[in-house]
Amino acid sequence: MSGAWEPLTGRSEMVSDKKMTLSERIYLPVFIGGLLITIRHFFRRKRPTIKYPEQQRPRPAIYRGQHVLKRDEQGRERCTACGLCAVACPAEAITMTSAERKPGEEHLYREEKYATVYEIDMLRCIFCGDCEDACPKEAIFLTDRIVEADHLRMPFVFGKDELVEPMDPAGRVDVSKRQTPAVLAFKKDTRHKHNR
Amino acid sequence: MSIWIFLIALLVVTLTVAAYSTYGERKVAALLQDRIGPDRAGPLGLLQPLADGVKMFMKEDFVPAGANKRLFVFGPAIAMTTALLTGVVVPWGGTLTIGGLTINLQGADPEIGILYVFAMVSIGVYGIMLGGWASNNKYALLGAVRAASQMVSYELAMGLSIAGLVMLTGTLSLSGIVAYQAANGWGILMQPLGFLIFLVCAFAETNRAPFDMPECETELVGGYHTEFSSMKLGFYLFAEYVNMFITSAVIATLFFGAYHVPGLAALDLPPNAVTLIGLAAMFAKTFFFVFLFWWVRWSTPRFRFDQLMGLGWKVLLPLAVLNILLTGGWYFIKPLIQP
Repeated sequence: MSGAWEPLTGRSEMVSDKKMTLSERIYLPVFIGGLLITIRHFFRRKRPTIKYPEQQRPRPAIYRGQHVLKRDEQGRERCTACGLCAVACPAEAITMTSAERKPGEEHLYREEKYATVYEIDMLRCIFCGDCEDACPKEAIFLTDRIVEADHLRMPFVFGKDELVEPMDPAGRVDVSKRQTPAVLAFKKDTRHKHNR
Repeated sequence: MSIWIFLIALLVVTLTVAAYSTYGERKVAALLQDRIGPDRAGPLGLLQPLADGVKMFMKEDFVPAGANKRLFVFGPAIAMTTALLTGVVVPWGGTLTIGGLTINLQGADPEIGILYVFAMVSIGVYGIMLGGWASNNKYALLGAVRAASQMVSYELAMGLSIAGLVMLTGTLSLSGIVAYQAANGWGILMQPLGFLIFLVCAFAETNRAPFDMPECETELVGGYHTEFSSMKLGFYLFAEYVNMFITSAVIATLFFGAYHVPGLAALDLPPNAVTLIGLAAMFAKTFFFVFLFWWVRWSTPRFRFDQLMGLGWKVLLPLAVLNILLTGGWYFIKPLIQP
């Protein structure tokens, strides 16, 4: 390339190789200046540290954290073990085994088929939320809960005992921020290819 | 009898201070960098040194293939031993009388106190040198070579920097120097240049930033202790903190009157109280310099090795000689202006 040098961005900065002044060459004045800068930070009370397990950074209500398998208003599991979430999962983190609902179990399962085993490997999961998008029964949601760290791998395969929300209405997991009417309308809208 | 009590107490205090220096350094580093620092082990993280010690002991004690096994053990042992030995001649305070037992708060007061300190520091180089050599590792060897050349170079300037002080006080005994300072004012007032040179050299001698070339991580992995693990590594790290503590005490002794507190003699307190206040003053002065060591480490970048050598030989050494000439000149001029 010929011609005068032109900066590609407005961010470039000219550097100089000017001779050091006497006080810079003696080094002690600038050295003490450095010490003064650090000591000012020493006495600063405001520190950005968040002591994690005790203090937590505020998370938005639509945070994509640990999954929940929802129950309906009567406390029945919504999941029908169709496997669409497992198909949608890009990390192949979801596995399930289905079974037919027996007579007398209508108060437990909403659909005629349900998942006897439903496992999500939290180490494979990338928390993209595609399972939630794919679910036709509004059964699985990501929540603003964080999957806690552990020393071993096994505890990270979460089964139904960790995933299904409790029967007790007080212990239900609130997903109303993620499941707004707009989201529901979007999922039902047949203009989108995936709903046809 | 009393000397043994003192020596055991000194050993315990030195080791405790060194252990808590690791905690203190991490805490101060964190505060200087707007962090919080260790706070998990015990209240305020005060049990952190204990946790670190347990961790060190639990680690595999590894000796690399091709290492000289005997020297490999000798290195950290020498480093630790010499570091601890220096504290014996430091005058921590006057005498303490408890129930007829007189305890002199200076383990030994040889006529050549300062030379003893320098001798111990020089032997300390062997700990690093042998450890680095015995590791059979290029990084360790380079680190050791650097450490040796650095310490040899700075010991010259360091020795010459206190020559002026020795000329003034007329003695090499540390208690003599303290007595002179109590009578005539602190050493820093009479030898500011000598103090500055001594301080800079002290940083180099203890291998502390900005002169921590021997263990310069970016170039030499871990320097001379690259191959060391478990408590052998612990000894090296510990020796550094002991050295830092003792060096601070020596600086306080030589230039800040050790346990001398101005105006304390006029208060007419009982001798034990004077001794205890003096002891506290000595520790306060020492800890100030320990803090300075930390403060400087977390404020300044490391020197380049050639810059380090240039500073030692071309700046500090001539300055030290100049300091001697000035002090000698003062002796020449003094009779002329105040007969």
